[in-house]
Amino acid sequence: MKGQSLKDLQQKIGYKYTFDCVQCAYCLPVCPTYETMGIETHSPRGRINLVKMVAEGQMEIEDLREPIEKCLGCQACVTACPTDTQYGRILEGAKEVLNDWEKKSISKKITEKIVIGKLFPSSSGMDMIGHIMWGYEKTGLQKLARKTGLTSLAPMRLGKFEQVLPSPVAPKERKSRKNYYPAKGKVQLTVALFTGCIMDSMFFTTNQNTIKLLNHAGANVYIPEEQTCCGALHSHSGEANEARKLAIRNIKAFEEYNIDYVVNNAGGCGAQLSEYEHLLSEEPEWKARAHLFVQNSKDISTVLWDLGGIQLLEAKEEVVTYQPSCHLTHVQKVTREPKALIETIPGVIFREMKDEQKCCGSAGIYNIVNYEESMDILDVKMDHMKPTKANTIVTTNPGCLLQMKMGIKREGLEDSVRAVHLVDFLAERLLEN
Amino acid sequence: MNKKWQIELENVIKDNKRILTNPADLLSYGFDASFGQYKPERVVQPLNREEVAEVMKLANKHSIPVYPRGQGTCLSGGPLPLKGGIVLDTCRMTAKLIIDSENLTAVVSPGIITSKIKEAVDKEGFFYPPDPSSAHVSTIGGNVAENSGGPRGLKYGVTGNYVLGLEVVTPEGEIINTGGRTIKNVTGYNLTQLLVGSEGTLGVITEITLRLIPKPKSRVSILTVFDDLMDSGRAISRVLSSGIMPSAMEIMDKHCIKAVENYKPAGYPTDAAAILLIELDGHPKAIEEEAQQVDQICREVGARDVQIAVGEEDQKKLWEARKLVSPAIAKIKPTKISEDATVPRSKIPEMFDRLNKIRDKYNLELVVFGHAGDGNLHPNILADKRDRDEMKRVEMAVAEIFEAAIELGGTLSGEHGIGTMKSPFMEKELGTMGLAMMKRVKEAWDPNNIMNPGKIFPEKGQSKLVLTE
Ligand SMILES: Cc1cc2nc3c(=O)[nH]c(=O)nc-3n(C[C@H](O)[C@H](O)[C@H](O)COP(=O)(O)OP(=O)(O)OC[C@H]3O[C@@H](n4cnc5c(N)ncnc54)[C@H](O)[C@@H]3O)c2cc1C
Ligand code: SF4
Ligand code: SF4
Repeated sequence: MKGQSLKDLQQKIGYKYTFDCVQCAYCLPVCPTYETMGIETHSPRGRINLVKMVAEGQMEIEDLREPIEKCLGCQACVTACPTDTQYGRILEGAKEVLNDWEKKSISKKITEKIVIGKLFPSSSGMDMIGHIMWGYEKTGLQKLARKTGLTSLAPMRLGKFEQVLPSPVAPKERKSRKNYYPAKGKVQLTVALFTGCIMDSMFFTTNQNTIKLLNHAGANVYIPEEQTCCGALHSHSGEANEARKLAIRNIKAFEEYNIDYVVNNAGGCGAQLSEYEHLLSEEPEWKARAHLFVQNSKDISTVLWDLGGIQLLEAKEEVVTYQPSCHLTHVQKVTREPKALIETIPGVIFREMKDEQKCCGSAGIYNIVNYEESMDILDVKMDHMKPTKANTIVTTNPGCLLQMKMGIKREGLEDSVRAVHLVDFLAERLLEN
Repeated sequence: MNKKWQIELENVIKDNKRILTNPADLLSYGFDASFGQYKPERVVQPLNREEVAEVMKLANKHSIPVYPRGQGTCLSGGPLPLKGGIVLDTCRMTAKLIIDSENLTAVVSPGIITSKIKEAVDKEGFFYPPDPSSAHVSTIGGNVAENSGGPRGLKYGVTGNYVLGLEVVTPEGEIINTGGRTIKNVTGYNLTQLLVGSEGTLGVITEITLRLIPKPKSRVSILTVFDDLMDSGRAISRVLSSGIMPSAMEIMDKHCIKAVENYKPAGYPTDAAAILLIELDGHPKAIEEEAQQVDQICREVGARDVQIAVGEEDQKKLWEARKLVSPAIAKIKPTKISEDATVPRSKIPEMFDRLNKIRDKYNLELVVFGHAGDGNLHPNILADKRDRDEMKRVEMAVAEIFEAAIELGGTLSGEHGIGTMKSPFMEKELGTMGLAMMKRVKEAWDPNNIMNPGKIFPEKGQSKLVLTE
């Protein structure tokens, strides 16, 4: 690694961003991996320094792999940083360089091919998961596993997650979804729903409820069929090119409609949508279109809140706490609205948990590939959740939702505590369903 | 191949997860918040004094350097592993945080984050005043080793004023106790205060007994705006000589004000030459009267505007902007060289003048803020590490800042310590014999010079500050 090649590496790995870090340590207390692993190597400051070391040829690229792969990408450090160091960019650069560098191990290659390369970008692939998940209730997980090749993903702990997946929806119901749902009463807005791939396959009901709530609050809702996966998993695993392709497809799909907003209901997807402009910044014909798309993308909670919240909700006593999605908090910077919506529900006693803004350890497929580390982080989270004595944990992202369910199970609290998506939580209280 | 001592180390720290060996881990313990990056041969994370003692015995036997480290927020290079060897990370030593309400003391482990202690103390209705801006990230061990200060130093003193006793592992691996739990203690040499501020060169602090005080009943904050920097200097002296003792008195020059307003507007007047932020605490009746007095004094010496904030929220707003100074100025240029030269209070206006001249002479982005009430200024230079020519000018400017402080009867460091960065200037301040006496103390404690070598005392031939490779 000398001369020119080091220069190339510096370009790619985001060396220039590392100079914004003054190594003050302000980001250390908010970092979940620093908390649970207890070494500087797994702190934001440590990771930034290591990227710099690699860029300066003082450390091998391969030595960076573990620190980077064990990062949740939750971006809590970005929120905490007083000098606005763009850790997200540094992480992304590091992943890309690691990805290029890697002679991938066979099992990893298969995983990524199946999970990222095949299933997520294709609606038929996701549909398949949706269908099989439905079939699974009768036939067991083996079928899904065999069909998709997921069994080869050892040492991943998919079996553990299988226990917390939601009840799937019948293919017929999924197929019968329309392309347009008009507002109830006075029309205030026209929006299009970004359905997301996981959301739409495993959390179909949540998407349906999202539509229902939007209609209730006075929004017409389109569901463009041409849309595809947001590309978050591709971006996060260093597949920037693939992510770019998906971004372009989505921008095209939504441009077809005359709408005020593109609404999403999964923090992780929303965060990725907000990155489209950056992702396409090198492509002149797409940059401006991406800018418009990003400007119009909104999380469901902000749209509902701006529409005046949901009226006519059933009053029922319930102790609620909230686990915000990191991508909603730290990337999209939406923190007020979800809580405000929860607090306005009649009968709800809201109790904030300690360190609420800390990642729960779900983080995309982090809990699958880094199972042990993820569970350590989850245990800390549950320790903070328990003192609230909540019956309900509300979340804003499917990944967090599953992780919370996992946490409830690990603590043996299934009888007293449940986890639910904000949208479903609001929907179940609608008086006129 | 592992060296002999490295193999022995594995018998000392049985849980080998707490011995770090791979390149990424080692490099992660090779920096602090100042300059330079080094690579130790091992990082160990002991849990208690026994493990520390064992590590020290082994290191002493083999003459391996050991560098204690807290959270690495040091601004003078204190925890840097200059010569290989072992970084001893104290962050896992967090077992004890006991508050003794009857005796108004707290006994704490060195790895605890300072703000956690402050919170616990506050819950019991007491007050632990030292408040470095890094309190929410730095360890109490690091604070004691650096004798850290903060805005409240003016009225309440620095960390050292609250340390009653210490448990320390010596460089030879013996566990000793100094001081005790009494407020008065004159038995023999004051080893406790010798260890305070010793920057990890005399031993590893493994437990600290802190003095607590009752919480002040209330406080007010006052913002005063000046069109002339010299007037603000006079205001500082006049307030202090009037018999009022503010709990904090912070100054910001026009460059800082502008930087803050560019970063996150706080509503400070960008055309002002300086701002003084004054905090008074105590009995509500008393501080109400004092606030009026401060208002009058400041206006008399030429303050353009004086605002008194009483409510919690309003006060918080005033101080928030002060907290933003550091990050805000880092936006001017990426590399921040933060100094803490301190002068007698009466010399503040003169120091300002000298700093302005240095700024012009070397054509650098030099801004000044700091704890004006106790003469502890923070001249900060903003530069770019990658610009060699500029960094050379920085080196010369910093040397001149130190010289100016010493000439005005001040000191190299008000709170950040000497570390590696200021050691070349020690003799200038202390004189040959003064420094030699300190060295004798060091040699007596640490005959094999294994305890944080390369800090405080200049190495042979090290006569100036070097920031470029
Ligand atoms: C943004 C920022 C703001 C700051 N503000 C202030 C401020 O207002 N006032 C101020 O005084 N300082 C300030 N500092 C400097 C720094 O935070 C303090 O010096 C702090 O006390 C260092 O604590 P640490 O735990 O990070 O120790 P480290 O930086 O890890 O170590 C500091 C020194 O202490 C020694 N040491 C650490 N633990 C032990 C131990 N258990 N036994 C023996 N030696 C030990 C180390 O060897 C080293 O020499 C600031 C720093 C930053 C980055
Ligand atoms: S808070 Fe920002 S500047 Fe400070 S260490 Fe973390 S990333 Fe660096
Ligand atoms: S993104 Fe999250 S896990 Fe990664 S360094 Fe930042 S705070 Fe830590």
